[in-house]
Amino acid sequence: MSAVIVNEVLRGFYLDSVALLRMSQSLVALDGVDEAAMMMGSPSNRQIMADAGILDATGEAAEAGDLVIGIRADNQDAADLALKEARAILEQSSAAKGDGEVWRPRSVRSAVKAMPDANFALISVPGDFAISEARKALRRGLHVMIFSDNVPVADEAALKQEALDHGRLVMGPDCGTAIINGKPLAFANAVARGSVGVIGASGTGIQEVTSLIGENGGGISHAIGVGGRDLSDAVGGFTTMMAFDLLDRDPATEHIVLISKPPSAAVAAKVVDRIGASSKPCTVCFVGGSEMSLPANATAVTTLKAAAENALGGSAIGAGFDPAAMAVPASGGPMIRGLFSGGTLCAEAQVVLQAAGEAVGSNAPVPGSGGLDSKGAHQLIDLGADEYTQGRPHPMIEPSVRDDALTAALGDDSIGVILLDLVLGFGAHDDPAGYLIRSLGGSAGKPVIASVTGTEQDPQRRSAQIAKLEDAGITVAPSNADAAALSLACLRSTT
Amino acid sequence: MERIEQANEEAVGRMLAADPVLIDVVTAGDVIDGLGEKVILHAGPPIDWADMCGPMRGAITGIAVFEGWAPDLEAAEEMASAGAFEFRPNHHASAVGPMTGMTTLSQPVMVVENRKYGNRSYCTVNEGLGKVMRFGGNDAEVLDRLRWLRDVLGPAMGVALRDTGGIPLKSLVARGLTMGDEMHQRNVGCSGLMLRALAPALAKTSTDTKALSESLAFIGGNDQFFLNIAMAMGKAIMDPVRDIDGSCVVTAMSRNGTTFGIRVSGTGDRWFTAPVEMPEGLYFPGFTEADANPDMGDSTIVETIGLGGFAMGASPAVAGFVGAGTAADAANYTRTMAEITVGENPEWTIPALDYLGVPTGIDIRLVVETGLAPVINTGIAHREPGVGQVGAGVVRAPMACFEQALVAFAESVGVA
Repeated sequence: MSAVIVNEVLRGFYLDSVALLRMSQSLVALDGVDEAAMMMGSPSNRQIMADAGILDATGEAAEAGDLVIGIRADNQDAADLALKEARAILEQSSAAKGDGEVWRPRSVRSAVKAMPDANFALISVPGDFAISEARKALRRGLHVMIFSDNVPVADEAALKQEALDHGRLVMGPDCGTAIINGKPLAFANAVARGSVGVIGASGTGIQEVTSLIGENGGGISHAIGVGGRDLSDAVGGFTTMMAFDLLDRDPATEHIVLISKPPSAAVAAKVVDRIGASSKPCTVCFVGGSEMSLPANATAVTTLKAAAENALGGSAIGAGFDPAAMAVPASGGPMIRGLFSGGTLCAEAQVVLQAAGEAVGSNAPVPGSGGLDSKGAHQLIDLGADEYTQGRPHPMIEPSVRDDALTAALGDDSIGVILLDLVLGFGAHDDPAGYLIRSLGGSAGKPVIASVTGTEQDPQRRSAQIAKLEDAGITVAPSNADAAALSLACLRSTT
Repeated sequence: MERIEQANEEAVGRMLAADPVLIDVVTAGDVIDGLGEKVILHAGPPIDWADMCGPMRGAITGIAVFEGWAPDLEAAEEMASAGAFEFRPNHHASAVGPMTGMTTLSQPVMVVENRKYGNRSYCTVNEGLGKVMRFGGNDAEVLDRLRWLRDVLGPAMGVALRDTGGIPLKSLVARGLTMGDEMHQRNVGCSGLMLRALAPALAKTSTDTKALSESLAFIGGNDQFFLNIAMAMGKAIMDPVRDIDGSCVVTAMSRNGTTFGIRVSGTGDRWFTAPVEMPEGLYFPGFTEADANPDMGDSTIVETIGLGGFAMGASPAVAGFVGAGTAADAANYTRTMAEITVGENPEWTIPALDYLGVPTGIDIRLVVETGLAPVINTGIAHREPGVGQVGAGVVRAPMACFEQALVAFAESVGVA
């Protein structure tokens, strides 16, 4: 085989040597090309090209300021093609090579360097590292929100004590929702700013209350997530106490809403004392909790909806909504099957059904509910619980977690009504209504009742999601509590 | 914690206070203690003949012939394997050397004095591109060039430098950064500036116009002429930073072609080593990564002082060795290295990054915490002895060096 060597010299054409090496690679990749390079014609470069067997007399005559194209190919055609390609590459060399990756800080330290006036850090790293990262942020004077879970409770208590010493707020661990200065953080909704401050140990509880307030003419000053365990005996309510201090001092906050699972008696007493010390009216919603005596500035409510209504000054949400009138007769059996992505929404639905005298079972039972094995009870399932989300995303992000349970419920003759929640906002799935409709795949054969937690300003737009659901024959209630009531009305309209 | 922060501030303070000046070129054996017959200083942490890579062996045999210890390369190899030579790291002798880093008694070495602290460091004169000893080349052409450096250029530079009273390097490097140099793979600007500073004195002190012409042409034709000066400067800056109790700032990074070693201020002269990695890069025509030797040389001293890979933002072309090679990529390398350094150098700034100072003072805690190993710009040698350079690219320092160092450092400050 006779190899062909082709050289071309571009007089006085300078290009950077690294750029030339890069360009040379694409010549070598061409069919029929053995070896090729573009180099400036300095003596040492010409030596390299000669050693590589790609220099002829033309290239040999080049000078240091000349660009030499050297090609060795199987035949003349391949060599000519490569030369043409080389000229084309050189012509394009000034064209943009694509977007460089935008630099982002890789540590708390350099993030603070890059933004020296920052005062807040959101930490979302595997649980083993969350405390250590949070501590770094605290020591740099930042308030901290910890999205991570799987943090030992003793570490949480120690961290919160340290934060208190620094005069900084630690929201979480396992804090999925907050709105600070109008900025939704993690899973939160776009809610108008206003006079209601929210303190919550539950993510979807905060989302439902803030969205209902925002969609019904009110607004939120701050919504402070405290983490699911803040009001446990082991932690003792550090963050809740500090959140009260902050909202008490905040002139924009006129009313404070506290949302949590029922705390232990000892912590509850501490919280009640703190409420009494507040100068502002408070609404307390311990979802599933029993009656408790509260100071004069506080009102106890049992549902998230009632909490929102109370914070709005008593105006009713979902005016004109009449479960009995809207009820679709249930078909099939006498049971409700609730499939929830929001844990607190599941709890609220249990409270509503219990209040109507129904027996309820759940994998996340509130006081008064049984387990999923309870006989003759409506089953309300929290699909965000660990047993469903091990190794997969939360159903708010990835609604397919609900698919199997939905299929089972549709095929179960004992079930007359299916009750669902859809949660919108930042971080949530971009079209949960569309996904649900595809999962149902046409007629469900039994009533499907839903609520949509979110606002018009959310990326998914609440009204658009509701319209989609209604077009598909799904009945949408104004709130999660109303959806539970409506499910019951559907059952009762058959009997 | 506070003690460590203070010690690291002290370390970086000494780096920034340094005043390196190129003052002389002298014969290595005259200034380096113990550099006698059959003693060979090499790049990297300590290593025996048995563990040396191809280019290192090629350079050893070449330098033995150059010094007249062996009649030819074969004899030199036999002597080396029989233990006839004593091998010591440059770093143990106030010296540094690029790639194989050969330093022996009759070679000329450039002298950089740190006028703030009074210490001096040494590095041989850069041989230029092509087939050279630093990449393991050892044929007659290579040895002839070394003789010319010894007999002509070295003495001429020595006389000229003494005549100038020394050339301050800090401001020269600052100007080089604004000209697109990062002082490891790019030294075009600084080499030109050095020639400008040196030429009048060379002309003034020369008695032989042919030798003068050759000397000026050699410097002017070597884009990497300044690299060895930058390295001696790096060593002169870092030596006063050694042995600060409680400081976890890296004082040296170096590789011998087999292992990569680092030293940390608070742990003194101990080397923390790990197998050296393979550069990612571009190859000269006729060569591929199959021909490449792993990373080698003392030149990583320039990264240790915040240049080279740390100053990539000044030298976008160099980022082209890996990835997309955009100017934004180059800037990202520099910003990312700021994640692992104590501070920035306000005198060495990068115009394209809004005059951000180069990241200075590698903190081993930050390296381990962020998982970001130092980025090093490097030449690539052929893995066989005698061939020379086959490419250039970018490589990371092995994380294992920093992990070991951190454990030892923790013990030294009593927190282990």
